[in-house]
Amino acid sequence: MGLAEMLKNGVIMDVTNVEQAKIAEDAGAIAVMALERVPSDIRAQGGVARMSDPKMIMEIKKAVSIPVMAKCRIGHIAEAQILQALDIDFIDESEVLTPADEEFHINKHDFKIPFVCGCRNLGEALRRIGEGAAMIRTKGEAGTGNIVEAVRHMRAVMGGIHRLQACSKEELMTEAKNLGAPYDLVCYVAEHGKLPVPNFSAGGVATPADAALMRLLGAESVFVGSGIFKSSNPKKVAKAIVEATTNYMDAKKLAKLSENLGEAMHGIDVRQLDDKQLFANRGW
Amino acid sequence: MKTIGILGIQGAIEEHEAMLQSIGCNTRWVKEAKDLRSIDGIILPGGESTSMGKQLEWSGLMEPLRKAIAKGMPAFGTCAGMILLAKELEGNNLQSRLGLMNIVVKRNAYGSQLDSFVTDLKVKGFAQPLPAVFIRAPRIEACGEGVETLASYKEHPVLVRQGNMMAASFHPELTDCTELHRYFAEQMVSE
Repeated sequence: MGLAEMLKNGVIMDVTNVEQAKIAEDAGAIAVMALERVPSDIRAQGGVARMSDPKMIMEIKKAVSIPVMAKCRIGHIAEAQILQALDIDFIDESEVLTPADEEFHINKHDFKIPFVCGCRNLGEALRRIGEGAAMIRTKGEAGTGNIVEAVRHMRAVMGGIHRLQACSKEELMTEAKNLGAPYDLVCYVAEHGKLPVPNFSAGGVATPADAALMRLLGAESVFVGSGIFKSSNPKKVAKAIVEATTNYMDAKKLAKLSENLGEAMHGIDVRQLDDKQLFANRGW
Repeated sequence: MKTIGILGIQGAIEEHEAMLQSIGCNTRWVKEAKDLRSIDGIILPGGESTSMGKQLEWSGLMEPLRKAIAKGMPAFGTCAGMILLAKELEGNNLQSRLGLMNIVVKRNAYGSQLDSFVTDLKVKGFAQPLPAVFIRAPRIEACGEGVETLASYKEHPVLVRQGNMMAASFHPELTDCTELHRYFAEQMVSE
């Protein structure tokens, strides 16, 4: 318990090797996600994307003092057990990898290590929490450098929360039925006006302004995948995104942080992708 | 009414905020030097000490905050906040921090997330044991002059006080127990 809370108000960065992990730590990242290919490369190269090589994950764990996360495929219990055996700090049951099970997610209560899971709306968030996720993030559309899907998903989650807050107690069971979410979690959200676990954002953050936008919309922290190491100046972009996440309400600081960052990652218009190419449609 | 600041850079800021408000304190997130003027004491929360230390330097808050605490502003550091306060850091003494308390601290010395644990601690001055949550916790390896140990766990101090400064290896803010916040606000902070 508790590590998810410590990761609030910060930036978690995707890294593919020791050198990138050190750049992330030096830029003020609060954790790194160790993976063999960033989402934009997974998207470009196609094929089946799986858990990363444990050796590569362990090298990164040795190189940094901040928490290390790694991804397993949706429903891949064995990959999750392997990652837990590596004694890393967090597992992302991630739609960025090719799902191993198209019907069931992992029962995360069976694990001692905490999990983060993606969501597109409140119902999906509460289903994952019901299965034991200790942290929720928007799915967004990873590897596109396009913030539009993360915004859509965060708006949906926050809108769903606001809606439940306005409900009378009689309405909550019907809301639970319509959301496809556990009733006790629906009641928690209605009473507290927030998820019972930290609510982060991921999938498309490419600039300091993107990170600030997600914070303004309610994200407590920001995951950045391809946006840093696919930019022309990763060190500078990484540091600027960290500072923008902390100072998201200070537009003058954000202006300064957005100066001279070089070229951001190229990016993809999500409307040019068909449904089969969307990572966010993986999982339910 | 007392106003207690919480270093508002990164980490479990809201949990401390909720706890302080529940015992009747005003709170304020401290992000820049000017925020220091309106507070009577400060909590340095848990989170990632490397990220907080670097951002303290980049924002220009490090020096004014160090001066304020050195001059007597009450400060309470939990977990990463304790690392920020420690004068000596075993393993990486170059890490940016305030470095004001006479303690030697080793980061992540209780292990990784799988080794995180919850326990009850006997604390000096409190009749009942207090609950404590340890998460990738830093360990106090040695205490220097002027440092009083208020609680220990397995032969290492885990709650210490040196004048206007208090530091904990653990997270009182993740429990339902407000005793340590009350102690800080009532015994250490004055208006």
